[in-house]
This record gives sequence, C-alpha cells and structure tokens, in this order.
Amino acid sequence: MVGLVVVSHSYTAAQGISEIAAEMAGETPIEPVGGDSDGGIGTVPDDIEAALAAADDGDGVVVLVDLGSAVMNTEVAIELSETEAAIADAPVLEGAVNAAVAATSPDATLGSVREQAEAARDVDKL
Amino acid sequence: MSPESDAAAAAVAAVENVADRIETEREHLTDLDSAIGDADHGGNMARGWQAAAEAVTDLDSPTVEAVVKTAGKTLLSEVGGASGPLYGGSLVFASAELSDGLTAESAVAFAETYLEKVQDRGDAKVGDKTMIDALVPAVHTFKKSVETDDLPPLDALAKAVAAAEHGVAFTVPIRAAKGRASYLGWRSVGHQDPGATSTLYIMEELLATAADHLDQVVPSVDATSPTIPDGEATEE
Repeated sequence: MVGLVVVSHSYTAAQGISEIAAEMAGETPIEPVGGDSDGGIGTVPDDIEAALAAADDGDGVVVLVDLGSAVMNTEVAIELSETEAAIADAPVLEGAVNAAVAATSPDATLGSVREQAEAARDVDKL
Repeated sequence: MSPESDAAAAAVAAVENVADRIETEREHLTDLDSAIGDADHGGNMARGWQAAAEAVTDLDSPTVEAVVKTAGKTLLSEVGGASGPLYGGSLVFASAELSDGLTAESAVAFAETYLEKVQDRGDAKVGDKTMIDALVPAVHTFKKSVETDDLPPLDALAKAVAAAEHGVAFTVPIRAAKGRASYLGWRSVGHQDPGATSTLYIMEELLATAADHLDQVVPSVDATSPTIPDGEATEE
C-alpha cells in the first residue's frame, strides 16, 4: 500500500490536512509532519525522514508539501531516507485528498497516486 | 599536532567563529529579513550555528570532513527554514570533497560542489536577489585565483570575500525573483538580501580563521574585478 506524508510549516496544519484526507483514505497510512525543532513554524529534514519511514508500507510514499523550504527540506529528507518517495507538485490539501482516494485502489502505485495528487492542480473551485 | 588534526582544529575554530559572528549579527540579519522576508533569518541562523559549534566541539578525533559534515547536519536539523537545506544540506554534500584533507585544490572542489548544491536546491541564478549573488562571484573568483592566477590560498580567499562583498551590494538595487521576497515584487528593491549577507559573514570568518591558523595577516586585495562566468547573469 502506498503511504502518504503531509508536510507543512505548521504541525497543526499538517495534522488537520491529514485528518481531512483520512476521511477518504481507508487503511492508507497518512503521516503529518511540520514545525521547527522548537515547535515553531518551519520544517526539519530529520522529522520528515522519520515520517517517511512511518508511512512506508513497502510500496513507497507520496509526499504533499506546502511552501518554499518545505519542498527543499523534503528533498533533503528523501535523499537521506531509505524509503522510496516522491513529492507531488500539487496543492497540499486538495492533493492529499486526491492522493488518499487514489491510494485505496488495489492497483495503486507510487506513480498513480502521485499523478492523482497532481491532478488536483486543475480542479476549479468556482 | 599532525597537519590533518591541525586543519581539523582550524575547521572547528571556523565553525565557532561563524557561530559567534552570526550571533553578533543576529539583529541585523533579522532586520534585513523583516524588510523583505519573514524576519526569521537571524534567529534561525544563530540557533543553527550555535548548535553546530557545540556539535563540532564534541567530536572525538575530528577530521576536516567530519567537522564540516557535522556542522551541516546540525544546521539541517536545527534551522527549520530554507537556510537549513541551503546552508546545511550543501555543507553535508560538499564535505566529501574534503575527505583527503584541506588543500587549495580540495577547497576549490568543496566551494564548487557547495555552490552547485545551493543552485540545485534553490533553483536561483545571479540577479534573483539571493545568496547566489554573493556565492557565484565568490566561488568563481576563488577558483580563478587558485587555478589560473596561482595565488596563495589565503590571497585567493581574500579575493573571494571581496567578490562576495560586491555581490551583496549588488542585491540592494535589484528586484527579488526567488524566495519569499519575490512575493513583494518591486517593493523588494532597495533592500539588501539577508542570505547574501550571512553568506558574506560566513566567508569573512573563514578568511579570518584561515589567516589566524596560518599565522598571517588578512591580505588586502584589489577587489575591482570579481569573476562571474559568461552567461551566468543573463541566462533564463
């Protein structure tokens, strides 16, 4: 099963987004991660690496990220990690929900889940 | 002391000197960042470098590579913003260039790999108003001074610092195209980039530490012509 990690500058935001996505996710593991080493706003590669390991069920992990340094710190975490993981270039909430749905498919792969997450870029709200 | 452990001791001293300098400049960096960013550069860098200084002091029988790698890993885990992967991640990856110790050649390779990592990660180019504006002229000036002009390493480093100074000044009048400052558009004009500034402080401390280590005075250099490779500033 493909796992999901949600990375935000705020742990609270990552947790809330994960809760929303979990509604659609069945058994899919979703790990929220965020905040700096003092619990402030930021992201830390070590914490992201730990979240990747926690979400990995053997089929890899798709990562949803918010802004700027979350992307860079996630790239570093993936380089340091044993887990096969890919960042989805997608809005973090919509992408997480799409990815959660895609991950429940019996045929889901790292590629298919990432692709569905990225399809969230084209969803109109109005 | 063996040359290797002597160089490692100098590397530890360099990290400590950088940590002290960043702490001294903390408010200034935060002021620069509050004008065009999120006002956390001084605090983040001070916290990260302080932790890095403690971590490298704790190393048993350090090597130059281990000191640089440990400092980088500590910045990665303590900074919590873009400075973590840009400064820390780049140090971790570039530290491998120092595996056979510190020479003029390995220092050039280290500087080039560090620059390459910052560019890969941050995807910025000269003129975007980022640390790249200080780093590119500094690294290329250092390389040219060592490889083409055959200057002693300390003179080459002094020229590189002078080039970085020009780079920092260059960030003031331009408009930010990368990082959080880019959200401000034209309002970023007239402000000095905090990342370029802290990059200069780090290089100044490397120079001062190297001079101290070699028991020489910091050379005065002609800083009128920093080296920027062709096409670097105009590339899209």
